[in-house]
Amino acid sequence: MRETLNMVGITKPAAQQELLNLRFANNKGKRIHNQFFWERALIYLMLILFSAAALVPLLWAVSSSLKTPEQIFLFPPRWIPNPIRWENYRMAWTMAPFGRFLLNTSFLTIVITLLQLATSCLAAYAFARLQFPGRDKLFLLYLGTMMIPGQVTIIPNFILMKFFGWVNSYKALIFPAVFNVFGTFLMRQYFLTLPYELEDAAKIDGCSRFQTFLRIILPLAKPAVAALTIFVFRNEWNSFLWPLIIINDTKRMPIQVGLAFFRGELHTEWEVLLAGANIALIPIILVFLACQKYFIKGVAVSGFGGR
Amino acid sequence: MIVTNFFQGLRNSLFGKTPTQRWETRTAWLFLAPNLLGFMLFTVFAVGMAFWLSFQEWDLFNQSNPVGLANYIRLFTGDPDFMRALYNTVYFVIGVVPAGAVLSLILALLVNQKIKGVSLFRTALYVPVVTPTIAVGLIWVWLYNSDFGLINSFLSQLGFSQTPNWLTSSTWSKPAIVLTNIWQNAGYYMVIYLAALQNIPDQLYEAAKIDGATRWQQFSRITLPLLSPTTFLVFVMKTMGAFKIFEAAYIMTEGGPGGSTETIVYYIYKNGFEWFRMGYAAAIAWVLFAIIFLCTLFQFKIQKTWVYYE
Repeated sequence: MRETLNMVGITKPAAQQELLNLRFANNKGKRIHNQFFWERALIYLMLILFSAAALVPLLWAVSSSLKTPEQIFLFPPRWIPNPIRWENYRMAWTMAPFGRFLLNTSFLTIVITLLQLATSCLAAYAFARLQFPGRDKLFLLYLGTMMIPGQVTIIPNFILMKFFGWVNSYKALIFPAVFNVFGTFLMRQYFLTLPYELEDAAKIDGCSRFQTFLRIILPLAKPAVAALTIFVFRNEWNSFLWPLIIINDTKRMPIQVGLAFFRGELHTEWEVLLAGANIALIPIILVFLACQKYFIKGVAVSGFGGR
Repeated sequence: MIVTNFFQGLRNSLFGKTPTQRWETRTAWLFLAPNLLGFMLFTVFAVGMAFWLSFQEWDLFNQSNPVGLANYIRLFTGDPDFMRALYNTVYFVIGVVPAGAVLSLILALLVNQKIKGVSLFRTALYVPVVTPTIAVGLIWVWLYNSDFGLINSFLSQLGFSQTPNWLTSSTWSKPAIVLTNIWQNAGYYMVIYLAALQNIPDQLYEAAKIDGATRWQQFSRITLPLLSPTTFLVFVMKTMGAFKIFEAAYIMTEGGPGGSTETIVYYIYKNGFEWFRMGYAAAIAWVLFAIIFLCTLFQFKIQKTWVYYE
């Protein structure tokens, strides 16, 4: 408090004390207290309303997915299904290979996340810490391509996949997704902020460049690694356009494409359809709830382009 | 002699002059190699190929035909569907960007309060961000259902006798997608605003309070100006994102009714992968890039007039 008063030019101790007294005296006053109460109540009310708006669609989907066909078309709608019909989930599970979809997505998400982390971190280390001719020009080329939307490269990449004979294969889902410019950029920026002293010490102790990278730099970059992991993980779990184009065999479909495909199969059985949507939705929400700290921090670390 | 000199010169400029430098260069290329190979193929080569493709006519199966600028000319002079997609996309950008930014700012101000249980609200508000668009798009189709949907039942309980047909009406389909998009993204930009809010030093507010500034004055003279770089960032990011809306339109309306929600990316998808007009699709993709680029450039140019940098 006193620093603040100093800052605004009230420097005499007596004047400061007077102001401080005034402040605390006021705080005890009942009217002020009441004002705080109403203000707080208003903030809570708005928070509750907005949070409800955020969650109601999802809760409604859960409720609807547990209803019988008669209940789902009740008007006005009811929130609590009675009887609860778990059957819908089993029906969704048997009408479309949701187990397979989930397995595909889990496999792809894990493989792509690991490979992308590996290639991004290695390249980022070279850009951030090693000296070689043409480094900055090459990095500028990386940066330049970040502006170009993925829709530009999606057509040539499809043709490339066709040329390689990879259409309808996991390879086509994995390889183009592994080399991410954004990941390289993010990791490079983070590596640049790390102190050089530790690396020099490691060098003197006889560590090779790769050992330095693995044992010193990577452990120090944990926040950025976590942010990139979350970013890639979420992207892969939710990815749609590329797998939609490249995969038409249900055996290899990731979950979102599988869900869209399933939707085309049954148009009107909403309780089953919503059960399917929830199957595609609940895993990522659970992952988010389990590591929400990293999700939210990741926004700050990755910031621009992290979407 | 001359030849050796030449090769030495080449080696020096490519790999460095001393053995240590050359060793470091070699190490660097090894580190780079995996990423660089993929980058060269799937990004650099692909961009070049997309450029070449945009001057071709090709259906993937027969020989490709060079057609010069015909694809681009047709886009702007002979393709009402593209113009409609462009209009729809601009509608989405205008509908999503300012409203979404304002909402995110309000949410950030609310969750920045030092009150009990605020982290719970932060979590709740962030949940829609992590959800996949396809799955929640499907859920919103059900919410928008004109006869049994939650939204219309809510509206009729409020006393509206006529409720919109949302996704099946060409007047309401666009606002419906805008609303879903704002719902899904508000939490993300809330977190960005929140980080910026927490960077504003408390002393500024304390000082303003002592000077007798009202709450509104504190907000408009301290908070807003200090947040303006963040607002700029949010606008740029949201604009880029809104220009690429596809999944919501794909799952919620399939671009309909009557093409009223067909976006540019949707039109690229249709041309490329439903009608196999590879060259034409590539040309649309480049036009999309140009539009986004010009918009971003414009935003950077006018930022001087309203963004406050310390």
